Amino acid sequence: MDLVKYVQESFVEKKDLPSFSAGDTITVYYQIKEGEKTRTQFFRGVVIQRKGSGSSETFTIRKMSGNIGVERIFPLNIPAIEKIEVNKRGKVRRARIFYQRERTGKSARIKERRV
Amino acid sequence: MPGLIGKKIGMTSIFTPDGKNQPCTVLEVGPCVVTQIKSEDVDGYNAVQIGWGEKGEKHATKSEIGHAKKAGTTPKRKTIEFRNDLEHQMNAGDVLTVEMFEEGEYVDVVGTSKGKGFQGVVKRHGFGGVGQATHGQHNRLRAPGSIGAGSDPSRVFKGMRMAGRMGGERVTVENLIVLKKDVEKNLLIIKGSVPGAKNSTVIIEKLWN
Repeated sequence: MDLVKYVQESFVEKKDLPSFSAGDTITVYYQIKEGEKTRTQFFRGVVIQRKGSGSSETFTIRKMSGNIGVERIFPLNIPAIEKIEVNKRGKVRRARIFYQRERTGKSARIKERRV
Repeated sequence: MPGLIGKKIGMTSIFTPDGKNQPCTVLEVGPCVVTQIKSEDVDGYNAVQIGWGEKGEKHATKSEIGHAKKAGTTPKRKTIEFRNDLEHQMNAGDVLTVEMFEEGEYVDVVGTSKGKGFQGVVKRHGFGGVGQATHGQHNRLRAPGSIGAGSDPSRVFKGMRMAGRMGGERVTVENLIVLKKDVEKNLLIIKGSVPGAKNSTVIIEKLWN
């Protein structure tokens, strides 16, 4: 038996998150620590990739802050994530949409997928 | 308690209680059997010999089978000795498992590093190479530079660090933390990395004092 997988399953708590993939617009609510206090912050953007498998899977989301692109990588099972909201399902042709980094304005639009 | 023999399974990551993503190594450790207690009167020194891994009587020599029989076990694939004044605490035939380690404890891990083949001085000894790629340099970017003076010694001193075979040697990493243990599956989860390839044999030593 694959003992690495066994360790991942028994020592990492799996989160119950909605399914999403590249092209979707999501909002991640996560806790941040400021000294003693913790508060919830959110990050809203387009998922540009999901990477890895099992408990060590991560996803990258990208948003435009003003006219500067900001990307954040979250481990899928990190305890700091409170919840994830899927705001829009996007229709894209590949699993990793890095071409979005070169696009701005009209060409950066992603078609909505009907669910 | 001395330490145990085990096998490196692979690396993954788990989350610490304060929510950090922590890379870790999974080791399958023990159960090990005390195969012999060496004493100063008989063997000239005091030590505890422990064995790990089934060898099977078909592959073992007669002397190995006889040696294991004395301790009441079967022949083992790997045996090591610990000379830590433990010989009064144990008897031949005792079984040691991961239970001897605690979560949060510091251990030393001994392994055989991955073979890197014939490597130059930059990778093997951390030389800087020649600083520049331009300004008249040719073919010298990763060269060792001077290896000694000229006609006075008229030779290269022994032990001069040069290119050669790298890796495949015994490496000890000290003070690694045991993050988790699984007694049922004989697993130890160690913070950080451990020398050697997957499935290679490692020795986990409990610290003293």
